[in-house]
Amino acid sequence: MKLIFEISSPGRRGIELPKLDVPPREVDIPENLLRKKLFLPEVSEVDVVRHYTALSRMNYGVDNGFYPLGSCTMKYNPKVNEDASRLPGFMFAHPYQSEEISQGCLELMFNLEKYLCEITGMDAFTLQPAAGAHGELTGLMMMKAYFRHKKEKRTKIIVPDLSHGTNPASASMCAFDVLTIKSNKEGRVDLDALKDIMTEDVAGIMLTNPNTLGIFEKDILKIADIVHSSGGLLYCDGANMNALLGIARPGDMRFDIVHLNLHKTFSTPHGGGGPGAGPVGVKRALEPFLPVPRINKTGKNYSLTYDCPLSIGRVKSFYGNFGVMVKAYAYILALGAEGLRQVAEVSVLNANYLLRKLRPFFDLTYEQPYKHEFVLSGARQAKKGVRMVDIAKRLLDYGFHPPTIYFPLIVEEAMMVEPTETEKKETLDAFAEALEKINEEIERDPEIVKTSPHTTSVSRLDMVKASKEPILKWISHSNDYI
Amino acid sequence: MTLLFAPHSEKDKQEMLEFLGLKSIDDLFADIDEKLVLRTPLNLPSSMSEIELTRHMLMLSEKNGEVLHKSCFIGAGAYNHFIPSVVNHIVSRAEFYTSYTPYQPEVSQGMLQAIFEYQTMIAELVDMEVVNASVYDGATALAEAVIMVSNITGKKEIIISSAVHPEYKEVVKTYCSARELMLKEVEFCNGVTSLEDLEKIVSKNSAAVVVQNPTFFGCIENLSGIEKICHEKEILLIVSVVEPTSLGMLKPPGECGADIVTGEGQSFGNPLNYGGPYLGFMGTKNKYVRFFPGRLVGATTDAQGRRGYVLTLQAREQHIRRERAFSNICTNQALNALATVVYLSLLGKVGLVELANLCYQKAHYAYDAIAEINGFKPVFVFPFYNEFVFECPISPRKINKQLLKHKIIGGLELERFYPDLKNTMMFCVTERNSKADIDKLVEVLENIA
Amino acid sequence: MYPENLKYTKEHEWVKVEDDIATIGITFHAQERLNDVVFVELPKVGKVVKKGESIAILESVKAVSDVYSPVSGEVIEINNSLVNKPELINQKPYSDGWIAKLKVRDIKELGDLLTAKEYEELIERQ
Repeated sequence: MKLIFEISSPGRRGIELPKLDVPPREVDIPENLLRKKLFLPEVSEVDVVRHYTALSRMNYGVDNGFYPLGSCTMKYNPKVNEDASRLPGFMFAHPYQSEEISQGCLELMFNLEKYLCEITGMDAFTLQPAAGAHGELTGLMMMKAYFRHKKEKRTKIIVPDLSHGTNPASASMCAFDVLTIKSNKEGRVDLDALKDIMTEDVAGIMLTNPNTLGIFEKDILKIADIVHSSGGLLYCDGANMNALLGIARPGDMRFDIVHLNLHKTFSTPHGGGGPGAGPVGVKRALEPFLPVPRINKTGKNYSLTYDCPLSIGRVKSFYGNFGVMVKAYAYILALGAEGLRQVAEVSVLNANYLLRKLRPFFDLTYEQPYKHEFVLSGARQAKKGVRMVDIAKRLLDYGFHPPTIYFPLIVEEAMMVEPTETEKKETLDAFAEALEKINEEIERDPEIVKTSPHTTSVSRLDMVKASKEPILKWISHSNDYI
Repeated sequence: MTLLFAPHSEKDKQEMLEFLGLKSIDDLFADIDEKLVLRTPLNLPSSMSEIELTRHMLMLSEKNGEVLHKSCFIGAGAYNHFIPSVVNHIVSRAEFYTSYTPYQPEVSQGMLQAIFEYQTMIAELVDMEVVNASVYDGATALAEAVIMVSNITGKKEIIISSAVHPEYKEVVKTYCSARELMLKEVEFCNGVTSLEDLEKIVSKNSAAVVVQNPTFFGCIENLSGIEKICHEKEILLIVSVVEPTSLGMLKPPGECGADIVTGEGQSFGNPLNYGGPYLGFMGTKNKYVRFFPGRLVGATTDAQGRRGYVLTLQAREQHIRRERAFSNICTNQALNALATVVYLSLLGKVGLVELANLCYQKAHYAYDAIAEINGFKPVFVFPFYNEFVFECPISPRKINKQLLKHKIIGGLELERFYPDLKNTMMFCVTERNSKADIDKLVEVLENIA
Repeated sequence: MYPENLKYTKEHEWVKVEDDIATIGITFHAQERLNDVVFVELPKVGKVVKKGESIAILESVKAVSDVYSPVSGEVIEINNSLVNKPELINQKPYSDGWIAKLKVRDIKELGDLLTAKEYEELIERQ
């Protein structure tokens, strides 16, 4: 399909701006600071609408079908939340407008913090981080500040081998050394290994619970003991909160810090890669280090306060992704406590049902109870020359978005599946049937799998070429003079 | 109660439990320590039906007052620009907004191509060789750029102008503190970076100089002068563009010699939304691409030679490099970038130039009129784009309270960020402020004075 | 597949020693597992490495892999052709795809390296 630049024609306009209604004056900016050339497409409004509508039809979202990406929680995005975020009072609110006319926004944020505290069992929250990885960074910065304040020199962070890549990357961004510990035969944290490396120069451990295999760390209280008795902190990557809503809380598991992904657990849309939001909750001891500003309530009045001497400062301009918070807030109100608990129950039921259905076709490295997601291995198929990436591409021909592949790194030819609670039984059955058929194809006609996808707008794209000869923009050859 | 948004009937759940050989759903949580399992429901408001929820959200938003009937004269990093209807319709298309990061490119050509077009347009606007798929906002983009230069040069000192947005400075400070980088500030003079002070403060330990154009105060920097000082001493130059509609009028930072350009894309088609979500854009030179954070969309071909787009150079990123990644960033503001590319397509080459001119002209009309009012004195006498600072006859807080009574949102009180700039206020004027709006503002200010 | 005149490491590097100069690269098995190499991060000439330390980084489309130095020494030469043609590592891992040459500190370190036969056995066991 053509790029927007390729349908451009000089003289075409998309929108008309109002005529200048003030008396014009000479531009008093020196010539050498003014722009001479500008390249942007020249297209009509109809061109723009048709072009981006056509592009949208080459995209696949949750509204199109099943999206069982492990670790992403691709659940249905309620439309009432979208409408709420477009209410003019919210949409047109300038972040620096006076607090007097921002009471709606501040009340929403204050209450959202409160609800997230209750859901996670933490004492205080910040809504400022713009994404999960950003939340991790914020949490780690707070850990660093906490130990600096206590005058303790702790330079290391422990990360399990099956952690999400953002965990060690965030630790590195805070100049921590990363210690990786291997998971045990059950796919959980090895307590003995942990005891060995938990020394007094270790700031803490970053854990996901349930972990990235989908297995609940049942020894979490023992882990907490080991880490806390050395004076370290326990960080919870809350990406898998969908399995625990209303069932168990990270705060009760003695985590000191937790980040949530509003675009995962709390149903805000992924937007094709963003925007999301990654609020961070902490226990009292870490509250003074939260980013500024904090939101206060006195009587019926909400306000922002910057008087936080121990705060790590700001991690983003303004207050966070407010437009995303509105959706999560509406979601929590719609579901209520009972609804949230059912989210956990049904997401875990769906995952276990699907696991049982897929079990005959793939290897399961760890025979353990699973929660809302599970990881299968394509080792069996790999021996026949068909890799997990081929199976994933073939699934596209069956009309499904494939699950996450090649993560976590400790499982060979990994496929991580998270159906979420918003999928019906028939969808799960159809997905299992598709994988069964693909398995049969691997026996009779593996080439069709290895050369897939066959029915999408483009077939398998050359990733090697894209890396070796990167073309990262279109080059204009037209007359760019203004 | 059936679960909202989940299709399971009680019958469905029973069938599935039977298939699993379980008696109840509780069995699925049996491996969780007794002590941890909640026995009572969470203490949250009762669930709401859609009717109740809609009413609740509407009333909450209206606690902000009738925002649509007010005229807005405040900027400072978030700009009140017009968003054409087409933008909202395109970003509301579910195939876009309910999709995930395009890791499976064959079913994500829509978003990938849109981002490729976005990368191209921003690269052209700022005149840099390569632009990424966006980061969280202008402030974090600047922080990521600072980390990038310390990785490129191995040096730990960063020189930042005090004419950079104060909140951006704070974010950079937070990131530098975590990375044990040192931040030094250069004075501003007349609303722009003092070249004299800059010459004195840079050293062979400096990795980069960071400036904003137009500055936080709306004034236009002498980027050539700054660039000369930097490159003479082999220091990299980072320019942040917080009001990018100015790029319709001003020479792009790339052409002025910047090594990295960052900025805030909110002005391009993204609503104010009380501070977010916005989008940070970043551009640099090809030779620094291995240090460049964020996603990159590249063009390639499929097995039949057809053109297609993919996320490329992923081996820089966290999911592959883990602790060796230069940044932990795992997202891009895809939907905001989509809004931007649609917006810029609608405006087009001629439209953006016209828009910049409208903002410039209206801002100068307002400036001249306010300068006539007794008691209002311009603080900086320097060329500016669409924001300017005035010293006021009475406290800006009182002025804003009065303006609000006339449904006008006045300028930003600067004392909160710059204690030396007492009783000053910064106004911003855009194409959404009509002559009548501006005349009304001036009239009310005259009465206050 | 595994030239007899070279020595091998458990981490799939090969090393050729002539006098006190060691040339290193990765084995056929290693490049096969990595798939197409798209970028090589070479060390700087003059860099001093310890045995077992990472000396270079290889990037493929979906992975990043360290090359560990089989010996301690100083980097005296790097294979600049890999900058524009990283695929040499896949195509000719033992000749044109060499990565770096080191001036060896302690020749005794070569003692615990594997012969071609031992390396082949190692791969078969994996």
